[in-house]
Parts: sequence; structure tokens; C-alpha cells
Amino acid sequence: MSAGSGHDTMRITLKIWRQAGPDAKGGMVTYTLDTVSPDMSFLEMLDVLNEELLAKGEEPVAFEHDCREGICGACSLVVDGIPHGPQSETTVCQLHMRHYADGATIHIEPWRANAFPIVRDLIVDRSAFDRIIAAGGFVSVATGAPQDANATPIGGEIAELAMDAAACIGCGACVAACPNASAMLFTAAKVSHLALLPQGKVERERRALAMVGAMDAEGFGNCTNHFECMGACPKGISVENIARMNREYLRATLVSRDLG
Amino acid sequence: MTPQASDAGRLDSKAPGGPIETRWDRHRFDMKLVNPANKRKFHVLVVGTGLAGASAAASLAELGYRVSVFCIQDSPRRAHSIAAQGGINAAKNYPNDGDSIYRLFYDTIKGGDFRARESNVYRLAQVSNNIIDQCAAQGVPFAREYGGHLSNRSFGGAQVSRTFYARGQTGQQLLLGAYSAMMRQVGLGKIKMFPRREMLDLVKVEGVARGIVCRNLVTGEYERYAGDAVVLATGGYGNVFYLSTNAKACNVTASWRAHKHGAFFANPCYTQIHPTCIPVSGDHQSKLTLMSESLRNDGRVWVPLEKGDTRKPNDIPEEERDYYLERRYPAFGNLVPRDVASRAAKERCDAGYGVGATGFAVYLDFRDAIARDGEDAIRARYGNLFQMYERITGEDPYRVPMRIYPASHYTMGGLWVDYNLESTIPGLFVLGEANFSDHGANRLGASALMQGLADGYFVIPYTIGGHFNARALPAVSTDAPQFQASETMARERTDKLLAVGGKRSINSFHRALGEIVWNKCGMARNEQGLTSAIEDIRALRAEFWENVRVPGDGGYLNQSLEHAGRVADFLEFAELLVSDALDRTESCGGHFREESQTEEGEAARKDDEFSYVAAWEFQGVGEKAKLHKEELTFEYVKPSQRSYK
Repeated sequence: MSAGSGHDTMRITLKIWRQAGPDAKGGMVTYTLDTVSPDMSFLEMLDVLNEELLAKGEEPVAFEHDCREGICGACSLVVDGIPHGPQSETTVCQLHMRHYADGATIHIEPWRANAFPIVRDLIVDRSAFDRIIAAGGFVSVATGAPQDANATPIGGEIAELAMDAAACIGCGACVAACPNASAMLFTAAKVSHLALLPQGKVERERRALAMVGAMDAEGFGNCTNHFECMGACPKGISVENIARMNREYLRATLVSRDLG
Repeated sequence: MTPQASDAGRLDSKAPGGPIETRWDRHRFDMKLVNPANKRKFHVLVVGTGLAGASAAASLAELGYRVSVFCIQDSPRRAHSIAAQGGINAAKNYPNDGDSIYRLFYDTIKGGDFRARESNVYRLAQVSNNIIDQCAAQGVPFAREYGGHLSNRSFGGAQVSRTFYARGQTGQQLLLGAYSAMMRQVGLGKIKMFPRREMLDLVKVEGVARGIVCRNLVTGEYERYAGDAVVLATGGYGNVFYLSTNAKACNVTASWRAHKHGAFFANPCYTQIHPTCIPVSGDHQSKLTLMSESLRNDGRVWVPLEKGDTRKPNDIPEEERDYYLERRYPAFGNLVPRDVASRAAKERCDAGYGVGATGFAVYLDFRDAIARDGEDAIRARYGNLFQMYERITGEDPYRVPMRIYPASHYTMGGLWVDYNLESTIPGLFVLGEANFSDHGANRLGASALMQGLADGYFVIPYTIGGHFNARALPAVSTDAPQFQASETMARERTDKLLAVGGKRSINSFHRALGEIVWNKCGMARNEQGLTSAIEDIRALRAEFWENVRVPGDGGYLNQSLEHAGRVADFLEFAELLVSDALDRTESCGGHFREESQTEEGEAARKDDEFSYVAAWEFQGVGEKAKLHKEELTFEYVKPSQRSYK
């Protein structure tokens, strides 16, 4: 890809997945935009398309977005076969058109996974992730008067590792990138974050078993070590977390009395 | 300025008197408790799942109340609290630098320019410490020192280091903590979670908030939910400016519908324009991105000394740069509060000294900090922010100064609430940014997260019990005529939007509204501009209902229809915002009236006339709302003009 910044405006051809509803038949539809500015974000380019479609009396393309600064995890587009597009560790809302050349053709599709059914066009249902968290992605502490926050020191290295895992934005790019549509990286990020910290160690066995169980029940695939998830993750979450979750799970199966 | 007799009854803040240090304790003791076995009889509807909503929902469910939670996003974890970068204040005094609950209280009252309620702010400072303990117990990965204790930094002009943080994503980590606590209750069956629901009306039965009507955003169906209390935690109205740092879906609809049912709207003119955002790059701009103001700890703000200097920033020698914040405010320099920094940038740009393609930007320069501390140290502090800047602008801030300009960021105004966080509608509680209560006319950095979590974790769990004890709450059915009426209203409004069949896009109306409000009711306001803004808004609203084009129908996921409904409400609400700004002929905090300034161009407050909360009662769309005043009294922090010189 060459930088497009030399052009005032660019011509871009889009091939976008359109699907009217969960049970409707979908397909790729081609659109052309003639006035794309290199300073536009990728989503602003789609805004321009949607304004043009509206002016023509057509239905705009439905796509998920909210904060547009890479932290809410809403945006979820597969761009030319890559979840969130070509720029590493960047959500698609932070991708800018200056990375495309004038005349480029771009394919845009939704996340594809059995556990993420399509709602409309490029929007999928990711509520499976919420159910995985509800199964065990927490420390069981009620609001009240816990001990002083400094009563339990946590070494800087462990705190940083936990933060690396906790940075997950729950977008689902890991699932979309995986040939098995596995949710291991998402689940492992939460298991790791909490297993690393003393606050989370108390219920580590129950958590690992429950979250892995919920993940399987949602119909996500298994991990077969392709590591595409890590490549697609906009927050750079490492597959080391998957190894940690596997250890947590194995450990839990050995020591837990709660295997029912 | 004596409040009318009726105001005395309706605008009772219920703030306790006596020594401020014990007010909250005494108030909590005076409230009757709800028997543990009875709590499950009460059903609470929580709307919104940001810091305030999620923490409230989790805490209420833990106590044993039945809770239903609603959010417009596909997942409650995506609420806009997640985007807060910088940190959360607390009066822990871990660094031993002289902080205390009283000092946090004092700084917040002063920072709010003496337009907040002392009792509320003191309580906020008190519970700030509990919040840090609670979040650490949840496993929130706060930044820590090598020895394992929590790190603090100075933030937004505070003279002490009281800000806790998790890299540049504190809001995300605190929200995920509250979200996980809430999801634990979902898993336990104590909370029913309803994502992708938009609240379109509040339902009152015998004057008490008893339910809501939502639109299911996937199916388009209207749904009715009955409860014994309604908690609104639906955030602020910053998107009235169209361009803001808020997420695209942030809106005023839930608050506005409650306002139409009798909830007073307080101080809508208090909006915060954040000084350090990435400037607008073109007409396609859909939102603005905040760069955490922690950057001002090391970055120096400047513009060229000469007007229209088009040289590259690094070609402008030191003596030809105007570090205008350091020049005007030598004591605080680049760390003056947000409102002061924003106005100073506007002043320089309006005078013709702005930089960049549009002339509406100033430099934020790290050259000296990099020379002093090394690039690695700066990368460790701000690496993620520098990366974000480079992604958006294509420029490397390690080599070239950042360009920044102020943008709408936070709204201090909101629905009026008493000390119990209850609105003027009994049984309707309002939390977080959606209420008006704690920040006065200007919010200090790292205080929004504190307030959202204070309201949700540590205030509402106590005060909601007062409502359940005080009022008879006979069972209500969603078949009641009040629910029918609300649903009919919501349906008819949607149908009306779809029936206009005009030619102009929803987005262009939103953008036009934003331009009016930004230009005439932004960082500086005057009578002439505000008066004309009201006319402009009315004309735009009229055109909207004649010429908007909303595609499709209401029977499926229709993002255009969602946006149209929100813009329609902003078009009504904006008139109230501007009217409030017109009415307040003083300058205070984020509200700068050009007619009320000192000879040096600083804001001049008028305490004799305006030391009150302006709470507006709805009288009809296009009708002047009725003003009710809650007089503010300052027993502890004596009002003084802020000076950062």
C-alpha cells in the first residue's frame, strides 16, 4: 500500500456485504466513492457512502461503531480479509484513508462465526461474550468496605502483565480471525488478568472451569495454535494468555472439587 | 432573588445541616432501612450501563433488590465511560503531599466556580477513598510502583498527586470492573440485562416514576417495563454540539423525556470544552478525539508571536514563540483548569495566531520535555496517546509539536437531583453525568469517574431505600393506561419521523445544530448570539420536521431512525441550553458571558445575583421553560474569584 496523502481526493471502490436480516440471503454489493479525503477515517468514508445512499433513497449500510477512538470495541469490520484492516494494533475506527491509494478496491465483510450471528449487513450479535463474562469473569466482591487498596501490594511486573491482558476491548476480532472461530484469546485475557492478581486467585479454579465451559457452550471453536487472533487483536493481547488459561484450566481440573 | 414560595417546597435539596464532616453519616442513619427480606419485593429499572449505571445495578442487586438494566449498545461494556483516559481522583493522600478529604472538597468547590452544593461535594470527597478500595478489590489493574503500592499523579492543575490511573485507559478499567460486578449478578439471576434497548419514555403512575417504554433496536418492537423506581444513568448531552469527544450514540433522549414529564433540568448551559483535542481536519469530521490533559504535565502550549506565521513549528525560534499560558498564568502555567486553557486557545486563534490548515489549533510541544527526560521517559508516560495522535493526523509528535484545539467533552448540567439523587419526579433517580449535582460550573480533571462511581456504588444503595420506605407503591401493571399512553406517544413520534419523507439527511441537521450551538453557545457567549441562536434552532427544528429524510421503516435495526429520534430531541433540548445561557448574565466556570469579564479578559462571576442552581420546568416545546432557583450557600468555602496567575 502506498500513502495516499499526495491526493486531494481519492476514488475508492467498495465491495460490501449486505444482508437485510439474520435469515435473509446476503451478498457483496459494489459501490464507488469519488471524493474520499486521505484525512478521513475509514468509518468517515463509510459515513460518506451512507449519505450518498440516503440521497439516492437507498438503505444505508448498517455497521457497528460508537466511540471512534479505539476503546469501546463496537467497530467490527473485516477489511480485505483482515479483522480491523491492514494496520496492526489498530481498530478499524482508527484506520485512516491515507493508507490507501487512489483507485483502490476494498472488500468489507462482517465478523464471521457461528457464535456471532449476523443481525444486519455488517452488524453481528456478540452477546456470547457477555455470557462468558457472566459465567466467571469477575472477582466475587460485593460493594462495601474492602480493605485499604494498598494493603495488598502487587509487584510492578505482575501488575503490568495483568494490565496487558485487561486491555482487551471485547471486539471479537480474535474470533473473526481464527480459522476455528475460537474465543480462546478473549476468554484467556480475562482469565489471565484475574488469575495474575491476588484478588482473583481465590476463585481461580471455579473461574477457569466456568468461563471455558461457557465458551464451549456458545459454540466457539477450539484453539489449534494458528495465533491469527494475536495478529488481529487491536490491543496486542498475547497468546501467552491462552497458555496461561490452559494451565489454569488444567490446574483446576486437578484440584477443583467443582467439576460437576 | 428570593425563591418563590412554591420553589421552596419543590426544590428542597434535602441536604442535611450541621457539621459538614458528619452530614452523610447522619443522613444515612436518619434514613429508615429496608428489611433484607423485603428488598426482593422492590424492582429497580436502571437505564444506562456506564460507570454510574453499572455500579448502581451491581450494588443494588447485591443488596437483594430485583434489578433490570437497559442499554442502547450491543453490550453493556461499551458505554462511553470506557473512553475516559486520564484517571480518577481520591483523597487517599498516599504520596503524603498534603491531600485530605477536605482539600479535595475545597478544590472541587473552587474548581466548580462556586456553583455546586457543598454537602454533595463533601460526600463525594469522602467516598472517593472507598471507590479506590472497591476497585482494587475487584482486580482493577491500577498503575503501581515497584514496591507494589498504587501510583498517583498530579492531574489537571491539582497541586497534589491524587489521581489514580491505569495507563491511559482508566475509564475502561473502572468500567470493566463495574461491568464485571454487574455481570456477576446477571449470572446469578439477580439482574436481567436488556441490551440494544432505547428508552423512549418514562411512565409515571400517581405522580411516581414506575416504568419505562423502550424500543427494541433489533426488532423495532416497543416494550414496557414496570418497576418501583427508575434510575437514569444515561450520560451527558455533549453531542448537542455534533462534534464532540463523546461516542456517536451519546444522546439526551432519556433525560429529555423525563424532563417533559416534570423532571427539572438544571444548569444546561454548563458545558465543558476540553482544551486538548485533535483539531477538525475537514467537513467529513464525525467526532473529535481527546488527548488526555495529562499531556499538559510535560507539553508546553504555544503559538507564533507573529500573526499568520506559516513557518513549520520547528523552524520558529524560541524567541518568536508565545507560550501564552505561561505568560498569562505564571503560577499555574500549562496546568490551568480546563475552562481557562480552552478560552485562552480560542482567544489566540480568534486573534489570528492559530496554526495548522484551518488556523484553529495551537501547538502542544514536547521538545523540552524530551530534551530534559529523554524520549524513552516520555514514551513510557504517553506512548499510547502519541500513537493515537500519529494514527489520526499522520504526524509524529516526538518530532513535531502536536496541534490541539478545544472540543465539547463533558456536560456539568443535567437533571436536577436532591441530596438523595432523586429528581423532581418521585422515584426517578439520576446518576453520573446525567445529573447536575457535583461539578458546579466546571469539572476538574479525573473527577467524572469519581462521581459516576460514587453515585452508583456508595450513594444510591442507601438513598433509594428512603423512597421505598416513604411511599406506598401499589403494584402496577404494564397494561395500565399510563403505559399505553407512553407507548402510543413513542410510536407516533417514530411514525412521524418516518412519514416526513423530505430531502435533507439526518446528519446534516445534526451538523447544522452543532454549528449553531458551538458558534453561539460554545466557549464564549453573548446576548446577541444567544438570542439569534434560539431563532436559528427553532427554524432548523421546523425544517427538520418538514424536510428530514429517514429511510426504511421501524420494524428492524434501523440506525438512521435511531439517529433521527436523538437529533429530534437535541433540537428541542438545544433551545433550553441556549435559554439558560442567555438567562445567566454572569461568567462562571465553563460558561463565559462576554458581557461579564474583567479588564484583563478573565471571567467575572456575579455571586450577588447568580449564586443559585437554575432548574428549569418544561412548559412545552418552543415555550420558555419556567425557572426555579435553588439558592447555593457556602458555609465552608467562601466564594472568591479564581486566580491562576
